[in-house]
Amino acid sequence: MDNSLDMQFSAGDKDLNYVGKRTKRPDGVDKVTGRARFGADTRLPGMLYGKILRSPHAHARIISIDTSKAEALGGVKAVVTRDDFEDRESEFVPAGEMMVNYRDMVRNIMAREKVLYDGHAVAAVAATSVSIAKKALKLIDVEYEILPHVIDVCDAMTPDAPVLHEDLITEGVDPVPTKGSNVAKRIEFKLGDVVKGFEQADEILEKTFDTKPVHQGYIEPHACLASCSESGSADLWCSTQGQYLVRAHCAKLMGMEISKLRVTPSEIGGGFGGKTVVFLEPVALALSRKTFRPVKMTMTRDEVFRATGPTSGANVRVKIGITNDGKITAAEAELKYQAGAFQGSSVQPGCMCAFAPYDLQNVDVVGWDVLTNRPKVAAYRAPGAPISEYAVECVLDELADRIGMDAVDLRLKNAAKEGTQTAYGPKLGPVGFVEVLQAVKSSDHFKAPLGANQGRGIGVGFWFNIGGETCVSMSVNEDGTLTLVTGSPDIGGSRASICNMAAEELGIDVEKINPIIADTSSLGFNFLSAGSRTTFACGMATIEAARNAIDNMRARVAQLWEVPVESVIWENGAARPASSNAGEFDPMTLPEIAKIAPKTGGPISGHAEINAQGAGPGFGAHMVDIEVDRETGHVKVLRYTVVQDAGKAIHPSYVEGQYQGGAVQCIGWALNEEYIYGDDGCLQNSGFLDYRIPLASDLPMIETIIVEVPNPNHPYGVRGVGETPIIPGLAAISNAISDATGLRMTALPMSPPKVLQALKQAQA
Amino acid sequence: MSKYHVTTTVNNDEFEFLCEPTQTMLDVLRDELNLTGSKEGCATGDCGACSVVMDGRLVCSCLVLGVEMEGKSIETIEGMADGDDLHPLQQKFLDHAALQCGICTPGVLVSAKALLEKNPDPTETEVRYWLAGNLCRCTGYDKIIRAVMDAAKEMRAA
Repeated sequence: MDNSLDMQFSAGDKDLNYVGKRTKRPDGVDKVTGRARFGADTRLPGMLYGKILRSPHAHARIISIDTSKAEALGGVKAVVTRDDFEDRESEFVPAGEMMVNYRDMVRNIMAREKVLYDGHAVAAVAATSVSIAKKALKLIDVEYEILPHVIDVCDAMTPDAPVLHEDLITEGVDPVPTKGSNVAKRIEFKLGDVVKGFEQADEILEKTFDTKPVHQGYIEPHACLASCSESGSADLWCSTQGQYLVRAHCAKLMGMEISKLRVTPSEIGGGFGGKTVVFLEPVALALSRKTFRPVKMTMTRDEVFRATGPTSGANVRVKIGITNDGKITAAEAELKYQAGAFQGSSVQPGCMCAFAPYDLQNVDVVGWDVLTNRPKVAAYRAPGAPISEYAVECVLDELADRIGMDAVDLRLKNAAKEGTQTAYGPKLGPVGFVEVLQAVKSSDHFKAPLGANQGRGIGVGFWFNIGGETCVSMSVNEDGTLTLVTGSPDIGGSRASICNMAAEELGIDVEKINPIIADTSSLGFNFLSAGSRTTFACGMATIEAARNAIDNMRARVAQLWEVPVESVIWENGAARPASSNAGEFDPMTLPEIAKIAPKTGGPISGHAEINAQGAGPGFGAHMVDIEVDRETGHVKVLRYTVVQDAGKAIHPSYVEGQYQGGAVQCIGWALNEEYIYGDDGCLQNSGFLDYRIPLASDLPMIETIIVEVPNPNHPYGVRGVGETPIIPGLAAISNAISDATGLRMTALPMSPPKVLQALKQAQA
Repeated sequence: MSKYHVTTTVNNDEFEFLCEPTQTMLDVLRDELNLTGSKEGCATGDCGACSVVMDGRLVCSCLVLGVEMEGKSIETIEGMADGDDLHPLQQKFLDHAALQCGICTPGVLVSAKALLEKNPDPTETEVRYWLAGNLCRCTGYDKIIRAVMDAAKEMRAA
């Protein structure tokens, strides 16, 4: 039951006391006792309950909205519609490191000229009870002119498709189109010359794949509580991956000064990218501003499925040429990603990641961002990458078969390494892909025998990982404890790893450090907890803040000892003379320095404000054994191993947790999950019974192998680990099914009816 | 809408409250009694985040009406630890890092406790099927299953 890799960490970490150790997580006790406060757990006196009326149509023009009957209902305090939100220019402006179009955002939170998907918000009510609010929604009369809709990405690209935004002119094509369409953008990444590359190939394989939108599936529905004051300031409590971005978006949409809006993040019940956008928050603020009473809003699960971001569904064509000895000579792909009702799918990172695991000379990847009558997509863990890399990994697996080469050896032969020129831009620094593949080959799993109807598959994945704007503040308290203030919501245990790094730097017991995640008024800007940046960037800022606190303590001690500050060093949690030349002084520990701080200059703290650069790309591989039930088409996962380069696992348990959780999301995406629409364009499976995410009873244990090739740009070598684990599994499972049955399924999910149909067709 | 007067016991404390006929036990626990440890993930009995024990039976509190709490004894996550003495399951969840975001954790713990009271020595498969009604999106269940098995072992030895 214990992880055999423990020993490996201990051996490598003999000089480290906390980094790499399985410390207690600071927020743990509150989370096992029910005390931790999530988005829906906060209340205020005089609070009203907000509810949203949603479109029952996939695409319709709003002729009129009559709220008079709802407003007349006793207990209803406010109703808001499109008229309560000022229109915004259509321009992409930076919000943190993201580009945001507020014209689209204001239309997504509340429909304007048209409803663009089943579940699109049309009006909202605040009332003294939930039941009155629900009753009021039924009294709102909306007159619609129903329009033809389009759900499928390829259909949406045809010239006669119903158009969502008549003024949307495709970017990136020549000549510039003269009329609007659903195609927002074409992008292309090229390296070398694919025509020449294909001429050098002995084998060329081209295949097209389809994937369905899948939802992030966080168990906590969106929730917030807004309270506007007559003074013009406002408080907002919400479950989010980034309180500062919530502040930026809400302030913009509400026409508020940023300093007047204070956003406090609750504990977050899962996000996976889906809680990087605002849905309820501006609406709750608008309702509160009409009533000057706190307004609480929570989504039902049905609303979460119908109106919040799933990831894109897509159509992906991949063509790869290879020599008989396994060298890839050319790689080409065309990716068509659904954006949902507004532009901005994850097709760009999809294009950039598609062939990034490989050291290639000739690459051409084209991506299309396509609108459909579905909810606007949101990020889902390594946004875009699982879809494109799935298709590439399936094609490569078949090519390995054709030339009679082991699938891992084929990948090893072409593996990206330090110095590889990527098609998307940079040359890679030190990366651990070769080490990952070697760990796959030397694992027990790789050598284990398979039974009848069983198959084994592997797939690999690449994600950039990111850094970004980060602030950390650290107070040395008068009793020698530390308060660590960060601004990055903790989605999966990041507080524990950040405290490990702080304790390591300061040389004190990790349990003397108490972390909090600050509201937007207590600490400077922090970008989202997203892109696998938190342990990397927030960790980097924490290390810098700790070093700043240490320098301040050294200065205080130097002043007491009457020596230059360079003569005082920090070692094992205490200030010491740098050498005997600096004088004979007993070391002063952190609590001793803290105790006399008032006499040496007052409070002591450490700060860091950085834009973290130098994130190290993360490579991973998944290996899976499955068994196909030929009577039902059911695919059972028998064994699963995740191998990934973490750079450095600061808290191995939570690194394993990221690997395991991502693997199981792959299993759901590959085998079960999909948005199912009726002919009317309405979502038919907006609940966990019909949108079935993996259950404990579906799964085996998920084995993990942590490879550590340090990122030279981080003091402890951290790369970031959250995104890569959702990439390799889709292809690994498809390749395993192919291994077991000899069939290549080219659409996800490979659910029992679809597998059964494929088996029957093969027999016929 | 007229409200009903209900008297019930939650974690050995007697409570009286007024509730609308449409309010669920989960609504009552969270909104009337301020016991927000039980979570709403779906309100349709699919996710198990609201799991509580009612008169010895594990239920989804979102599928029970508030008025049905009359005369019943309810155990929620808030009653699981004895002061600051954590239940072995709670402790093992921390030791094994069996939670990431923690939203499903109260329901999983209540459900696992109910399992171990019925079956102190479950197999891995039995734990997996018992917890099939508790959805977790973060962990892939691996560490949850290990924590429950380890807690069972420790409780058997005690």
